[in-house]
Amino acid sequence: MNTKNNKFDMHGISRRNLMKVLAASSGAAALGLSPSRVFAAKTGKPFKIGFVTPASGPLAIFAEPDQFVLEQVKAATRDGIVIDGTHHPVEIIVKDSQSSSNRAADVAAELILNDEIDIMVAANTPETTNPVADQCEINGIPCVTNDTPWQPHFFGRGGDPKVGFEWTYHFFWGAEDIIGTSLALWEQIPTNKVIGTLWPNDSDGNAFGDPKMGFPPLLKEKGFELVDLGRYQSPSDDFSAYINEFKKQGVEIISGVIPPPDFGTFWSQAGQQGFNPMICTMAKATEFPAAIAPFGDRADGLTVEVWWSPTHPFVSGLTGQTSAELAAEYEAKTGRQWTMPLGFKHSLFEVAIDALKRSEGPGRLESIRDAIASTNYNSIVGPVNFQTGPVPNISKTPLVSGQWRKQGDRLELEIVENSQAPMIAKQAELRSLV
Amino acid sequence: MEWINTIIQGVLLGGLYALFATGLSLMFGIMRLVNIAHGDLIVLAAYVGLVVVETLGVHPVVGLIIVVPIMAGLGYLLQRALLNRTLGSDILPPLLVTFGLSIIIQNLLLEIFSADSRRINVGELDVASITINDQISIGVMPLIVLILAILVIFALQFLFYKTGLGRAFRATSDDQDIARLMGISNKHIFGLAMAVAMAVVAIAGVLLAMRTNFDPAIGPSRLLYGFEAVIIGGLGSLWGTLAGGLILGISQAIGAKIDPGWQILMGHLMFLAILVVRPRGLFPRSVD
Repeated sequence: MNTKNNKFDMHGISRRNLMKVLAASSGAAALGLSPSRVFAAKTGKPFKIGFVTPASGPLAIFAEPDQFVLEQVKAATRDGIVIDGTHHPVEIIVKDSQSSSNRAADVAAELILNDEIDIMVAANTPETTNPVADQCEINGIPCVTNDTPWQPHFFGRGGDPKVGFEWTYHFFWGAEDIIGTSLALWEQIPTNKVIGTLWPNDSDGNAFGDPKMGFPPLLKEKGFELVDLGRYQSPSDDFSAYINEFKKQGVEIISGVIPPPDFGTFWSQAGQQGFNPMICTMAKATEFPAAIAPFGDRADGLTVEVWWSPTHPFVSGLTGQTSAELAAEYEAKTGRQWTMPLGFKHSLFEVAIDALKRSEGPGRLESIRDAIASTNYNSIVGPVNFQTGPVPNISKTPLVSGQWRKQGDRLELEIVENSQAPMIAKQAELRSLV
Repeated sequence: MEWINTIIQGVLLGGLYALFATGLSLMFGIMRLVNIAHGDLIVLAAYVGLVVVETLGVHPVVGLIIVVPIMAGLGYLLQRALLNRTLGSDILPPLLVTFGLSIIIQNLLLEIFSADSRRINVGELDVASITINDQISIGVMPLIVLILAILVIFALQFLFYKTGLGRAFRATSDDQDIARLMGISNKHIFGLAMAVAMAVVAIAGVLLAMRTNFDPAIGPSRLLYGFEAVIIGGLGSLWGTLAGGLILGISQAIGAKIDPGWQILMGHLMFLAILVVRPRGLFPRSVD
């Protein structure tokens, strides 16, 4: 609903006029209040931010905080951005990728060619960030993305670590972080170190299961025995072949990266077949509390990688809120439990607006690009600096692991492993599922 | 012993596919309607089930009894108001309309229920199983699905061959014009047929919701297996559809046992093999 309204609102000329009126009136109203705003009363061209997000389709769960975040950003930029005494309103034009990479590329091109945006932002999986960034790179539009592990984003687009990209910048964690935190997590309690994996035949599953770059070589190095039957085709309605093999090999740890419906089928079948592992760390499926809450007591104790949580010790530069305050406001306004994409959606706009503030103004695309490149910003998901990444154009954010604990009738995520990011405090020790 | 378990799990999976396919089989058998929105209607029924169970606080089985008439009524209205207008000698309009319906249902569900992955909580039943020995245990929930699939087909078979309404269904299916000459209102009969098909969809949807997680976008992926089961069994044959579902389920289970990457492929290969040997399926009823 959010997307449609925004599309509808933001396209029309009337909207633009309305923005001007609003900006002028807010400037006028401010006359008597704050002397600094008097100088900003001169209104210039607006900054236009293009935003591509999977608002519908299978990835829509990642886009749930969108409306809340957009409202926050609008409120925070109500007075526009002041550059050289000229006041520039901020317009955000939202487009739905429908969870398809082709559609994402199409709407990105529309934003660039028809709406003539000054900066592009996009998030949530390679299906969104890669095609959008590619369009921006071709057309010379500054672009900031997040919420895709950096390897599938950088190498998935044919990035060369020596050269990098000219217009497109990305911040998130990478394969080395999730492997590091998962291995440290699994070593916390004594097990027989036999690990079974569920890796589907998709970009995530193949990356995790890659015999050179993925989990297998490091598992071997740390003395784990891997039971990997191969890549299955998702969605699947039957996991009995996996479960039988796991039982036969005495698997005590299971890991994987599978969507919630597959995990639902697997976890129920595992229960029916009497397969009860000590640790279950399932990326994707167990990132969202709503997806695992229906398991009741069987959700208590599941583990997952954590990219952002209310206990992350960071503060938003846009609203001044701590992570806990951001999560609390989200829960109060929407009535929904916080999810990890909330922090990242917020940080995406933080970084974009920080760059616009340091640019020379709307339409000065090269100055906006240079401002992004020289970003050194403390966001709600941690410091962002594209000069310090493992490859050019990338900034890494911290990753830890958490365990779901039942508290009352709600599941809370507690940080139980922080070897890769010691600044994020551990809240509890890992507990076995059985 | 491992192989016996594989076959058993395949049969249980086949029950699920048969249940998905039965509604399709009915719609095609009677109205020659290829319903692209079938998967989304199943997901719609799952959400109706979720709302009924959560708001009324009733047991899912009671919820099922409430959802079936709701979906059947919806089916009758859908057929009378929309789908009847698309049926004719051209097969394309119903395809396009149901394709559009699929998109509309998905996005309506997304608007109303958000993209959260949901599930009807069945408590202990979720992991309940009958343990035969170390290697073989049969999940109670999948067993219920299989038994219901068989019961549904039994009931439909009775409806079709032992009742006046069934005779009208079959007559309309065989020759619409002659049936009309005999005083049968095709539009009403089609509406009733859709109501029956949607009652089956309701059962499939609620059981899907009890069995695993679902979200507004998972409908279309379930459509393909449904079509395959219908075609393996032979168009218009209900027992054939059950057989088709079981063959598909067992093939997939055997494929998965060899290598998980083969699970889906094996089902498709079996489907192709049967098409080569018996192009009209195992038990074709109609001759067109």
